[in-house]
Amino acid sequence: MEKINSLADLIKMRTQLSEATANNKNTIVNVSLGTCSIASGGQTAMNVMKAAVSELQIPGVEFTQSGCMCYCFAEPTVEVRIAGQDPVLFGYVDEARAQQIVERFIKNGEPVEGVIPVNYQIC
Amino acid sequence: METAKQYRIVTRNCGFIDPENIEAYIGIRGYEALADAVTNKTPVDIVNEIKKSGLRGRGGGGFPTGLKWEIAAKNEADQKYVVCNADEGDPGAFMDRAVLEGDPHSVVEAMAICGYAIGATIGTVYIRAEYPLAIKRLQKAINDARDLGVLGKGIFGSGFDFDIELKYGAGAFVCGEETALIHSMEGERGEPTSKPPFPAQAGYWGKPTAINNVETFANIAPILLKGGDWFAGIGTEKSKGTKVFALAGKVKNVGLIEVPMGTTLEEIIFEIGGGILGGKKFKAVQTGGPSGGALTFKDLDTPIDYDNLIAKGSMMGSGGMIVMDEDDCMVAVAKFFLDFTMDETCGKCTPCRIGSKRLYEILERITSGQGTKADLKRLTSLSATIKDTALCGLGQTMPNPILSTMRVFEEEYAAHIDHRTCPAGVCSALLQYLIVPEKCVGCTACARVCPVNCISGKVKEVHTIDQNTCIKCGACFEKCKFDAIIKK
Repeated sequence: MEKINSLADLIKMRTQLSEATANNKNTIVNVSLGTCSIASGGQTAMNVMKAAVSELQIPGVEFTQSGCMCYCFAEPTVEVRIAGQDPVLFGYVDEARAQQIVERFIKNGEPVEGVIPVNYQIC
Repeated sequence: METAKQYRIVTRNCGFIDPENIEAYIGIRGYEALADAVTNKTPVDIVNEIKKSGLRGRGGGGFPTGLKWEIAAKNEADQKYVVCNADEGDPGAFMDRAVLEGDPHSVVEAMAICGYAIGATIGTVYIRAEYPLAIKRLQKAINDARDLGVLGKGIFGSGFDFDIELKYGAGAFVCGEETALIHSMEGERGEPTSKPPFPAQAGYWGKPTAINNVETFANIAPILLKGGDWFAGIGTEKSKGTKVFALAGKVKNVGLIEVPMGTTLEEIIFEIGGGILGGKKFKAVQTGGPSGGALTFKDLDTPIDYDNLIAKGSMMGSGGMIVMDEDDCMVAVAKFFLDFTMDETCGKCTPCRIGSKRLYEILERITSGQGTKADLKRLTSLSATIKDTALCGLGQTMPNPILSTMRVFEEEYAAHIDHRTCPAGVCSALLQYLIVPEKCVGCTACARVCPVNCISGKVKEVHTIDQNTCIKCGACFEKCKFDAIIKK
């Protein structure tokens, strides 16, 4: 990795990164994988969704992990970001729901149960 | 739509970015506060900005962070240290783990900023070995930061050097106390020593040391990016910003929440938390874990901040919030917390070592129906003595769960002592399981599930429980489909 040697370097790197993010038209599937999320089956949800995406040959789907999403009562939780739309957060993502998220929501844009409404503001 | 009650500063990135990817952090203004600090600001500017923000330590004590940094900055020494206290051990609190697993770079960046502000070049994170994923992600964050040059020599082309190492704790609760933490880091026993000197004067290896909690550090970068005035505009008069609470117990939406200081318990438990599980009645909420106290329905409209909680006989602590309903016995709850502190006392000072054991024994007597009125007096006077004489915060706050439950649930203690009953139906020694003859259909389900075979009766005839043999396990009570077994 090239070193960052100044504040200007950092700003330049960030600009490039945020441009890349803005231009990314892929669907991003963000799975909560903190200790507790993993314990409640987050990794299984990730594996099921990855398998479903490759089986159905859906193009332009990226998987990413994150830490705690703060909804312990609804673990495992999965956030789906489709370009140009508000992110949607699903809770209680067991294997069946993970399959549905890919088959119905990502592939066909059909609703899937278990959506957790946004109840916060970010600074 | 109603306005969101939650406002996320500490958990701003948790659940949104990949914690193992430094680029994800940089993409959302990561390390800009550090780069700006070492490039455009003096250490005094940083201390002043943090002081202006009004940020207070989130580990529990609530000491003003800016003042702590200022003291460490003003103490001259050839070497100073920054320490991050990640020894989270309160029952039911897990916000530090969530931050370290979800946004480790925010802590790395804040530690470097603190180092610049106080003149330290070495930072150490004291983290418990029971947090392996947090350790893995934090270590990766540190390595990536070094590779990118945001940690190490001459950060961002300035003359400022800073690096971070990890020290693992074995999970002793007392090591969250800062002097005990320092001794543990130095390879000594994790035992506290009396203050002063405070760590900001003579801490790690006897050098000026700024010790801050994970959550405190997670506030630093946003304060510098948005300004101390912005942060000071959130919260109450004396408690600024937000607080992360780990909402647990008998509440529907268990989880981490972050709310501005001054949010009421009512809003936290009934709006964000969704109310009590199973339509039961709210009874109390324990804040501050084993060092805090119980708040009741009378306190639901109290704005939560450091000072209001102390005025109510509880404390902020690290932000555990355990909700209890009508099925919880407050004497048993006090006993539970004493059991914890009795296990976790380091044993160095007598009031804590022996006092915890004696307090526990008295509670044990009361919950088993052997308590007397004199026991209540003993609890009060022993608690007062321990609070006055214990060496560190662990001992000084240990009696709080007892004192607060005795104050607000006096009649529940009285029921255990005067009537030998447990109104919530928890203390098994005071309970009897009885079969209601009118409801029993003689299905034999209870008799089959009883582990000591103390239920007798023929099929389709009323059964009876032999009280002398019954171990009060409650298996029959759970099994009966006809509500024919009651406990009282």
